[in-house]
Amino acid sequence: MNIIGKPRRRVDGRAKATGQTKFADDIMLPRMVHCKLLRSTAPHARIVRIDAARARAHPGVLLILDGRDFPIPYGILPVSQDEHALAVDRVRFVGDPVAAVIARDELTAFEALDLIDVEYEPLRTFAAPEDSLQHDDPRIHEYGDRGNIHKLVSLEFGDVGRALADADKVFEDTFFYQGNTHLPIEQHAAVAAKDPDGKLVLWSSTQTPHYVHRALAKALDMPAAHIRVVATPNGGGFGGKSDPFNHEIVIAKAAWLLDRPVKICLTREEVFYCHRGRHPVLMRMKTGVNDDGTITGMEVQTVLDGGAYGSYGVASTFYTGALQTVTYHIPAYRFQGCRVFTNKPPCGPKRGHGTPQSRFGQEIQLDKIADALGLDPADLRLRIVEKPETLTANYLRLGTIGLAECIRRVTRAADWSSKHRRLPFGRGVGLACSSYLSGAGLPIYWNDMPHSGVQLKLDRSGGVTAFCGATEIGQGSDDVLVACVAEVLGIDPIDIRAVTGDTDLTPVDLGSYSSRVTLMMGNAAIQAAERARDLLADSVSRKLAVPKDRLVFADRRVFDTENPSVGIAFAEAVQLAEAAFGTIGTTGSYTPPRSAARFKGGGVGPSPTYSYSAAIVEVDVDPATGWIHVPRVWIAHDIGRALNPTLVRGQVEGSVYMALGEALMEEQIFRRLPPRLSHALVHKFPSILEYKSPTTMDMPEVFTELIEEPDPRGPFGAKEVGQGPLLPVMPAVANAVFDAVGVRIDEVPTTPEKILKALEAKAAGKPARYGPSHFPDVPWPEPLQVPPPWEGGDGKARGPERATPQVIQS
Amino acid sequence: MPNAHITLTVNREATEIAFAPYKTLLEVLREDLNLCGTKHGCELGECGACAVLLDDQPVLSCLVLGVDCGGRCVTTVEGLAVDGRLHPLQETFADLGAAQCGYCTPGFLVAAKALLDEHPNPTRDQIKEALSGNLCRCTGYQQIFEAVEAAIGRSAEGLALRQPANP
Repeated sequence: MNIIGKPRRRVDGRAKATGQTKFADDIMLPRMVHCKLLRSTAPHARIVRIDAARARAHPGVLLILDGRDFPIPYGILPVSQDEHALAVDRVRFVGDPVAAVIARDELTAFEALDLIDVEYEPLRTFAAPEDSLQHDDPRIHEYGDRGNIHKLVSLEFGDVGRALADADKVFEDTFFYQGNTHLPIEQHAAVAAKDPDGKLVLWSSTQTPHYVHRALAKALDMPAAHIRVVATPNGGGFGGKSDPFNHEIVIAKAAWLLDRPVKICLTREEVFYCHRGRHPVLMRMKTGVNDDGTITGMEVQTVLDGGAYGSYGVASTFYTGALQTVTYHIPAYRFQGCRVFTNKPPCGPKRGHGTPQSRFGQEIQLDKIADALGLDPADLRLRIVEKPETLTANYLRLGTIGLAECIRRVTRAADWSSKHRRLPFGRGVGLACSSYLSGAGLPIYWNDMPHSGVQLKLDRSGGVTAFCGATEIGQGSDDVLVACVAEVLGIDPIDIRAVTGDTDLTPVDLGSYSSRVTLMMGNAAIQAAERARDLLADSVSRKLAVPKDRLVFADRRVFDTENPSVGIAFAEAVQLAEAAFGTIGTTGSYTPPRSAARFKGGGVGPSPTYSYSAAIVEVDVDPATGWIHVPRVWIAHDIGRALNPTLVRGQVEGSVYMALGEALMEEQIFRRLPPRLSHALVHKFPSILEYKSPTTMDMPEVFTELIEEPDPRGPFGAKEVGQGPLLPVMPAVANAVFDAVGVRIDEVPTTPEKILKALEAKAAGKPARYGPSHFPDVPWPEPLQVPPPWEGGDGKARGPERATPQVIQS
Repeated sequence: MPNAHITLTVNREATEIAFAPYKTLLEVLREDLNLCGTKHGCELGECGACAVLLDDQPVLSCLVLGVDCGGRCVTTVEGLAVDGRLHPLQETFADLGAAQCGYCTPGFLVAAKALLDEHPNPTRDQIKEALSGNLCRCTGYQQIFEAVEAAIGRSAEGLALRQPANP
């Protein structure tokens, strides 16, 4: 390998270090005008009247749009088509877009917002899941499983009741994971224009241009072939730019009507309203174990506060219970999940999508189990790690599993055995593990087509252009594309141009979500490059009279492996092939293997393979103030193979950083305005200053270990790294706090106040913990019974319900 | 409202510019001078993305009025390279993974340049403190610290680290 596995400057490194990367807001076009959105000031209300006459008369205002201009709903999931570009009749949270002003400049548009009069008739506000569970009326949406319950899931794999009854001990815990948001430094921005041919173009800071393309075609009722969506490099995504957004559809329509380019750049406050971030999740977990630590069965119940719209929420709900089985062997498993609508910005997919919450609970509970059984938490986990190539109780087919090696490496690096339960009071270490998908096994909408496509163009110059719909959001997807092609063709990354994320120019890739790009695009790129190499090898073999299988592509040459001096330059090889076969272009595509799950709901969780991580966090806790400081984190990640170790390390460290933000400080929370004002439910602090996130001063030293056991399903053996390493950190922090001061914080974030309250409870002889004690009544349906593989199951549900997998994914 | 009209030095070039008087330096740079390398993440002085050097000192350009910059020297990310040669910080940021999405990068680069101009051999703690006003959501900062440290090494290799910002 000449490229793969070597630390290397990313292909877009120079552009980024010189400030030349063109983000959406850097696009300036002749005659461009600007759009601003008027957002609801009421959390839940009927729109009685919108009067924009004064705004329309304001000098410089070109166009005003409202919900009447956007009758067709859209939404990322086919089962949740519940959004309109501008509110129709009803607003559902403070920040819901109501009207749009397009004006000659931003300031004029902003001024005109104040001149639009909207009369609201307030409706009951649903501020918390308990409200939504107790009150069916008024319904926030006219669809969903019941009243204000968006989605109810109930699945059982094996007889969990018996498994718990047969266990030596049963542990039951309730946990709460507070919501938080992505906070990309780039605010969402987009530019729309009618191109010279009279077709629509949208440049947008989106992770999913293909899905935005579909949403535009639907919401604007235009042929998809006449719409071009270009994903500009995202200034951070983390899941927050994965939905089609109101502003994208609004400016597309405005540009179409005005025949002028229209730009919008959201303010930071508006980014908090777009949200689609981490769902607040209340969860109850019951796990049966034998005295040797083996798990007999597990039951997980979750309640998700979904906010005002569906977004990815149905998938998020399934994800709160999908991946419990992929780390440790669980012979019987029951999952019940419930997502409710509330009058807050919609939650959706944030890094780890739905899985960090229940992973937090599971890993703390394992720490408690180890403590109760007198086992070391690392040893306990090593005993129960799931075996590679297993089909789990819920029909997830696992690939390679480097989890045991992660645990061994991270405990060695952290000197775990001499620290755990051995540090002085106030200092502690905690361990936790996790796993994540290397790409969702099913697309968001049902189809049999590839999930990723790559086209290569080679010509006589010796240059190669690689086209793929994948989206560069900072994770290095362009670099993966180029590296895979360069490795196969034996050329340098600089010889390759990547053209990505453009629905006119590039073959479809589903987008940068579910950690799917490296595996799926990488495999497609390798296939396309191998097909090109084959054409070149045919021609070179004839020219040099060397058998094809002896030809090697390396160092920009094609040569005889047995006699390396016999060879020709790569450019010359392309010329031979172009003469022999005509214009050289090849394609590659990737479709994930068919899922083993055949039950309704089985579409969420399958992946070609899974990554694994283990983390140890060290904390200092001041028992007098509860102040918590994290000086060091050790993390091991089973990457399969690191295509570019510099970037892989960056993803691991970036995950640890984002995880520490969630673990210690980040909260997307709400408050009521005083009754003398409107009493409206509003975001507590929609600003970067008050939404606390870690700075350079807060970041601990991170020691990263990469476990490289190539998985044959991944390109050159690679698995995902963008999301998995975030997952173990939050529970490891909580477990470290217990090691330090002997109290359990069963809630995220772990703050000084909570630690102090738990210490006070402990001193008063009460349970030494801080966390929820109550779990609301949920009208759970009877679980769908799916016998696990070891009970002769075939992946289908027992009984009449034999639906095909529901197609919802992220 | 009549335009403001000022002369200033931008990236070592004398520049004359007219703009709406309420505009911030950030807006003047991006909208009137087409220097889009300088980014914005909040326009309230909270994120550090819009940092530039004003008379060699790092400032948040979203909090500086354009009209206050008459006669002064502004350095943006576009002015870090000299004679077609990237600043050592730009090389190390690109090489060592210090830029992921790249959006906060221009702000970090100018803040780091100001640090190295002032303290040619800073400690890790000095680096952390100098960059504490810049938020990055991608990297976890570690590769940024390493890139700044590596730039110190590269300047010793003969690359001119301390450049006259405004000759």
